[in-house]
Parts: sequence; structure tokens; C-alpha cells
Amino acid sequence: MELAALLLVPLLASGFSLLPAGRRFAAPVTLLGSVIVLALAVAVAAEAARSGRVAASGEWLTCDGLGALILLLVAFVGFTAALFSWGYVAESVKHGRQKSVRLYYALYNLFVLSMLAVPLLANVALMWIAVELTTLVSAFLVGFEDTPEALEAAWKYVVLTTLGAVLALLGFLILYWGSRIAGLTPFTWSGLVEAAPNMPPALLWPAFLFILVGFGTKVGLVPMHTWLPDAHSQAPASICALLSGVETTTVLYVILRLFPVVGVAQGLDARPWFVGFGLLSVGIATLLFIHVRDFKRMFAFSTVEHMGIILVAAGLGGADAHLGAAYQMVGHAIAKSFCFFAAGVTVLSVGTQDIASVRGLARSSPLAATALIAGGFAIAGAPPFAVFVSEFVIFKAGLASGQYLIVALLACLVVVAFCAVMFHINRMVFGDAQHEAPAMAVPRSCKVTLALAAIPLVIIGIYVPAPLYDLLKAAASAMGG
Amino acid sequence: MPNTSILFALDALTGALFLLTAIGVVATRQVLASLQLFILQSLLLTLSAVLLGIAQGSIHLFAVAAITIATKTLLIPWLLRHTVSAEVYRTREIERVLNIPSSLLIAAILIVLAYVVADPLLTVVGLPFDQVNLPLGIAAMFLGAFTIAVRREAVPQLLGLLAVENGVFFAGVAIVPNLPVIAELAAAVDVPVVALVVGMLTRRIHARLGTTAVGRLASLREQ
Repeated sequence: MELAALLLVPLLASGFSLLPAGRRFAAPVTLLGSVIVLALAVAVAAEAARSGRVAASGEWLTCDGLGALILLLVAFVGFTAALFSWGYVAESVKHGRQKSVRLYYALYNLFVLSMLAVPLLANVALMWIAVELTTLVSAFLVGFEDTPEALEAAWKYVVLTTLGAVLALLGFLILYWGSRIAGLTPFTWSGLVEAAPNMPPALLWPAFLFILVGFGTKVGLVPMHTWLPDAHSQAPASICALLSGVETTTVLYVILRLFPVVGVAQGLDARPWFVGFGLLSVGIATLLFIHVRDFKRMFAFSTVEHMGIILVAAGLGGADAHLGAAYQMVGHAIAKSFCFFAAGVTVLSVGTQDIASVRGLARSSPLAATALIAGGFAIAGAPPFAVFVSEFVIFKAGLASGQYLIVALLACLVVVAFCAVMFHINRMVFGDAQHEAPAMAVPRSCKVTLALAAIPLVIIGIYVPAPLYDLLKAAASAMGG
Repeated sequence: MPNTSILFALDALTGALFLLTAIGVVATRQVLASLQLFILQSLLLTLSAVLLGIAQGSIHLFAVAAITIATKTLLIPWLLRHTVSAEVYRTREIERVLNIPSSLLIAAILIVLAYVVADPLLTVVGLPFDQVNLPLGIAAMFLGAFTIAVRREAVPQLLGLLAVENGVFFAGVAIVPNLPVIAELAAAVDVPVVALVVGMLTRRIHARLGTTAVGRLASLREQ
């Protein structure tokens, strides 16, 4: 029952947001909806961690450990970003565009709905449609600020990620072909895992590649990543938190789901492809870090880097590496959304995204400076934050299974990326302040969001509650570890 | 039992014309002409779905045919005319990155590549129709993606995207004749929504920037 409610609540919130009921209606409705969704997601995740699998509504909706993890992350960032939107959108939208504010919240709810649907829908075909919808409903949100740059970013985002989704569609059609040859099994993830040993390997192989490249475009894997830094730097900060924090992870989840399907096929090994694409993404993102000039763009490259690390971890194989991958997803979602909230507050305080023209933030805007430092350390992987622990777990698992070269390469790249991020943030925060009074006051809801989002940011690296650990274990075993 | 060999010959002819329209979308000079080629391509997709539907007695393929006619030949052109201003359609010379002879040369290479990609798939026991529809569908996909890469105008890029989708369905009607919800829902809902979203974005870009030459937008890039 909770599973159906998880989809119904954002749908209702989206409908209510469109009602012309005054300026201050859509934001609280959206926030209320996102609180309910978060509570439901926690309940579902707790049950999935305990019993392994939650199913409802005649097997149309289902959720296992890995699905529940994604659900929880989407619900959490959906909540914090809704809270951040309240003040941020009101502050950044000029008067007289109230209609576009209502549209913002209506699409915001649909965007969250489509991301919740990806892990919930049992039928793989319907899940493809949900992934496609994440792009289509968020296109307007990416271009929301209506600047030439934002529209350019929205254009690239829609055209390239839709192209990727259509390539992936051919992959899913081939998988369906294979499952029909293998005998009548339902077109669900568990049905595919069951059918895979009887499918002709000649079909699994191209299906895997079409889906990896097609959905890899949406995840931002190099060399299909070109749209990502544009979209993730031009959207409003609240939307960036969703795009970077959870949308990429949600699509990566689909690719990881393929691993148990193709992993059991004879004559096909998915692992070198995961490691190859992963290392390439980490490497290119690290190079781009060094020259980056825009701090929101810097956080976008960090997303490319993190997606690469998770993919490498999946490719290393084994229960420990997969546990590290699951933990990295949690660390990434929490820290990256926090970074974009910090970046949003910084943009409000200084009125620019250019790294070179921001100096002495510690004096002119202590809140933004503190948030940037904390977010920077968390996302770059300094102890005691979660990303440090998850990367450590991944390195350890890789060394234990004797894959020294991959681990050594990954470790070098991660260290260079760490230095580059901290170098840029250091330049912005310290030094003499060059600008006068803040460009805009930071709305109260943004400050509350930063405080709330900081709690899991700090805690999760030091202490993992037992139910969350069980959930991570369940997610790792669903990845085929 | 319908005569399969005649249906096969008709399907092969449809496939050849389908590929020609895909090449036409790459090479044509005018926005309006590329829209008309897209409509023609969708009609050929419908025809192939009907032929395969008769050959295999599959009611699903007739549904796909009906949806394709309704959405791709009627709804999408109507949506595009209402969201994108008429001025865009009067553009006679579409700005492009490569000239037409080089584009056609690359198109030929892509068609060969499509056969290379499809070859291992064709070793799987299937219907004779797979031999026509699968490689040609993949070729149309590649050509559509190539169209997006060489065009600088918004509407031709969108038509390239829709041509990729047509290619996937052209392959799909052969390899999964009993398509469940996937193709029917995707064709009925997804494709028009893609056209609507991209069309509205084109309108905003036109209103805001006074141009629809999206390939010229380059303020966002690595320094």
C-alpha cells in the first residue's frame, strides 16, 4: 500500500501546485507532500531491509534492497530541495512570474514522482518510460532562469539524454526478444535474471552495450557527459541538487541492475566495461577539475567523477566492493545535494558563479563559506565524511581481490581530484574580500535547509545506524555481489 | 495463411524506401522538406508494421500501426506547427556543420556499420523479416543521430531525434512482434511528449534569442 501512496502523493501535490491560490500556496503544498513521501520511503526502506523485498498492487509495484536505497535517497533530497526551493525560488523570480512559479512546483513534484517510479515499477518497459519522463519533466526546470545559457543547457540536456534513452530502448527491446526465446517469464528484473541463462549470448551482448551507452549518457559517463556540466550548472540550485544528487544515481541504478542479468551469461563479462567507462569518467573529470572556472560546474564534474567511482566499484565485483558502491551512492546523494545548496547560497550572496571573482567569502558571507568548506571536504572525500569511508571500502575490496592496477589508478585520480576541489574552494573562501554588501539576502528556508542537510552529512560517515547497514547489505546483494 | 514470400518482398521494398527517407533527412536543404520526409518515413514504418502484422497474425502490430499514423503523421506535425513559429519553416538553407557530399559519404559508412552491428544478432534463429528490419532500423537510428550532429537548426535536430525513434520501432516490430505495453505506450505517449517539450523549448529559444540555430549556441564550454 505504501508503494502506491509513494507515487500518488507527489501526483496530488503536483495537481494542487497548479491551483491559482495565491503566491504562497504551491511551496508549502510541495513541502508537505515531500515530508509524507520521505516518511513513507523510510517505512518502505525499513521493511525492505528487514524482509528483503516489498511488493504490492498485484506485483505491478515492487521494491527490494537496492530499489529501497534509491527510493530513500530520492525522497530525502526531494524533501531538502523542496525546503530550499521555498525561499530560493521566491527570491530569484521577479515579480509577475507567479504563473511560472506554480509551473515550477507542479513540474518539481512530477520530477520527483518520475524518479520514485524508476525503482518502484516492476515492469522493465514501464521503468524505461519513467526514466524518459525524468528528462521530459525536468527540461523546463533546467531552463527555468530563462537566460540564454540556461536555455542552451536545457536544449542539450533534452536532445542528448532523449537520444540516449532511445538507444537504450533498442537494448530493452532486444532483451525482451531474448526473454521470449528463453520462455515465458515476466518482463521484470527478477524475470530477466531467471531467463538470462537461456537467452542467446548473441542477444545479451548488444542489449547490454546499447543500454550502457544509452543510459550512460544520462548518468554522465565520459565521453557522453558533454551536456551534464551545462545542465547541472545552469539550473536553479534546488534543481541541481536533484539532478546531480539523485537523478544520475537513479539511472545508474538501472545499469547496475543489468549486472546480475548479463553477469551469468556465458562468454560475456560486463566487468571490464564497467571498470573501463568508470575509470575514463573519473580520469576526464579529474582533468577538467583543474581548469574549471565556475563553481557550480566544478560540483557537476564531481558528479561525473562519483558516477565513475561507483561504476568501477560495481566492476571490481564481490560483496565488499558492492557494499562500497551502495555506501558511495548514499554519501554522494547527501554530500552533492548539500554542495549545491551551498553553491546556491553563495550565488545569492555574491551574484556570480565565477570562481576567480569570488574572494574572501569567509568575511563577507560566513554561512556560505562554512557550507562550501564542509561540502567541499565531504564531496572530495576527506575523513570523517561518508565518501572517504566508501572509497576506502572500495579500495580495500579491490586490493583484497588482487586488482592492484585498477585500485592504484583510481586512488591517484581521487587524490588529484581532492586537491583540485580544495584548491578552488580555498581560493574562494579565504583572502581579502573584493565585493561589498551581499547581492541578495539569504532566505530563511535556505539556511534551515543547510542546517538540516548538514546533520546526515556529518553523522553518516561516523555512524551508520543498523537498519541502514542492513539496507546497504541488501542493496549490495541485489547488485549481484 | 497469407503468402509470406510476397509479404517479405513488400517489406523489403518498404525497408529500402525507409532507408532512403532516413538518408533524405540527412541531406535535405529545407526545414519543411525534412518534416515531410519524416512524415513519409512514419508512413513506411506503419506499412511495415501492417505487413508484419498480416504475416504473423499479430493484433499488437496493427495497434502499433494505428498509433504511428495518429501520432507521427498527424499529431506531431500539428504540435510542431503550433509551437514553432512559421518563420522557422520558411528557412530554405539549413545551416549545417558538414557539406552534403561529405555528409552522404559518412551516411554510407554508417549504413555499413549498422550491418556490422546487426550481423551477430541475425545469427539468432528468427523470422526472415528480422533480416530486413533489424539492420535497416539500426541504420536509420545511426543516420538520425548523425542528423542531430550535423544540423544547427532546432527543428531538424528534433526530426533527427524522431528518426532515431522510428528506426528503433522499425527494428522493434520485427524482433518483438507481440510487443506488450512498451512499444504501444512509448509510441502513444512518449513520442508526442518529446515533440511537445522540444517544440516549446524551441519557441522559448526563438523568443528569447531571436534564432533557432541551436548549433551556434556555444557560451557553455570548457575554456
